[in-house]
Amino acid sequence: MLLKKSLILAFAFLLSACAATGVREVIQDQQLPRKHELTATPFFPQALYHCGPAALATALNAVDIKVSPDQLVPEVYIPSRKGSLQIEMLAAARRHGALAVKIAPELGAVLKEVSAGNVVVVMQNLGLSWAPSWHYAVVVGYDLDKELVWLRSGTFERFEMTLSTFQRTWARSQHWAFVALKPGDLPASAGVDAAISALVSFEKTAGAAKALTAYAAAVKRWPDNLVLLTGLGNSAFVSGDLPTAAKAFRDVIAAHPESAVAYNNLANVLLAQGDVLAAKASAEKALRLAAQDQKLQSQIQKTLDEINIYPGKK
Amino acid sequence: MIFVKRLFSAFLAASILFTGSIQTVQAAMISTEQIAESTVTSQGNQDRALIVAALSREDVQAALVARGIDPAQAQDRVAALTDEEASMVASQLDTAPAGGIIGAIVLIFLVLLLTDILGFTKVFPFTRSVR
Repeated sequence: MLLKKSLILAFAFLLSACAATGVREVIQDQQLPRKHELTATPFFPQALYHCGPAALATALNAVDIKVSPDQLVPEVYIPSRKGSLQIEMLAAARRHGALAVKIAPELGAVLKEVSAGNVVVVMQNLGLSWAPSWHYAVVVGYDLDKELVWLRSGTFERFEMTLSTFQRTWARSQHWAFVALKPGDLPASAGVDAAISALVSFEKTAGAAKALTAYAAAVKRWPDNLVLLTGLGNSAFVSGDLPTAAKAFRDVIAAHPESAVAYNNLANVLLAQGDVLAAKASAEKALRLAAQDQKLQSQIQKTLDEINIYPGKK
Repeated sequence: MIFVKRLFSAFLAASILFTGSIQTVQAAMISTEQIAESTVTSQGNQDRALIVAALSREDVQAALVARGIDPAQAQDRVAALTDEEASMVASQLDTAPAGGIIGAIVLIFLVLLLTDILGFTKVFPFTRSVR
């Protein structure tokens, strides 16, 4: 009996002695500043079950988008679930004009964002997989030597957690985290794919002018990317900035000479500029490149039809 | 009847996709979303398949209203989602984790207290985990 007890105790200490996976690597990371805290981050203590709206308000106000948790409740809270869904957290951030980018599921990525000045909204399961306590909080600081993180969490303005506990509670949400940025800013840690997926969604809800700013910044970082350049061209076209649109599609063609979409969209820009001959040449080139793709062909045919009925044409 | 229903929902899904793509860009321009999808490989295809099987936006909206959300708000919330997100919300409304917290059942109080102290959970703010 005594043996059994001491065994359990020994096992418990063994468990507590090891750091959660991924923590040691981060502590030894030479690229990260040893500690950083974004002390100016505002704080909105949550009402019962309203950690989603509170966390989102914290992240949005941190980038000067003035919105209160109460305003966000009807946008993200689901009464019957007594909580907020992850997808709606991202969508609501976009509705308020922030570029919401999901970041890589690594502790290092979270700390890198914080050290670059971006607070990180995380989803945690503070309980266990079979007794979940799902919770949204905002990481605002860390100290690698003390192995601590600080969060705006629930009703606590500066909630302290060990890196290990944070990592374990966060891992239960599959390491779900995002940053909300002003259009024109980019996440410090995210790769091009995460940026593209955030930007394409942003373009659909935020309007062309904001999308244009956001795409322009992304193109600066990833100059030859097909999707980003196309997005820049499309949002410039919708905003009425035809020279920028034309340049963007010409850049796509320079980097991706086989892109039928680029030739098609360039044709539309040229038509809007009144250059019917060049538009027609570009659309015909697009049609030749799209030989394999029927859907694309019919879309390009529509461009050609518009060119053919253009009033200025002789 | 089932066939007609399926046909109808396929038509609805197609029309949603179509209106989605012309919302942002003029008719003959090809949307960023379309080219993004064509460059993303397998994951994109899976998402596409999800959408084809998905409900209309009105259905998603109705599902939100049924869960206690104001109808006008539900409309705005669905409008803020991309096509893919809308179909995911519809299929996960009752299963996806919803962050809300607070309130552990008494029965598991002691378990969680112990795991809190060990640093595996953090249900109780007053606990200090051993390193």
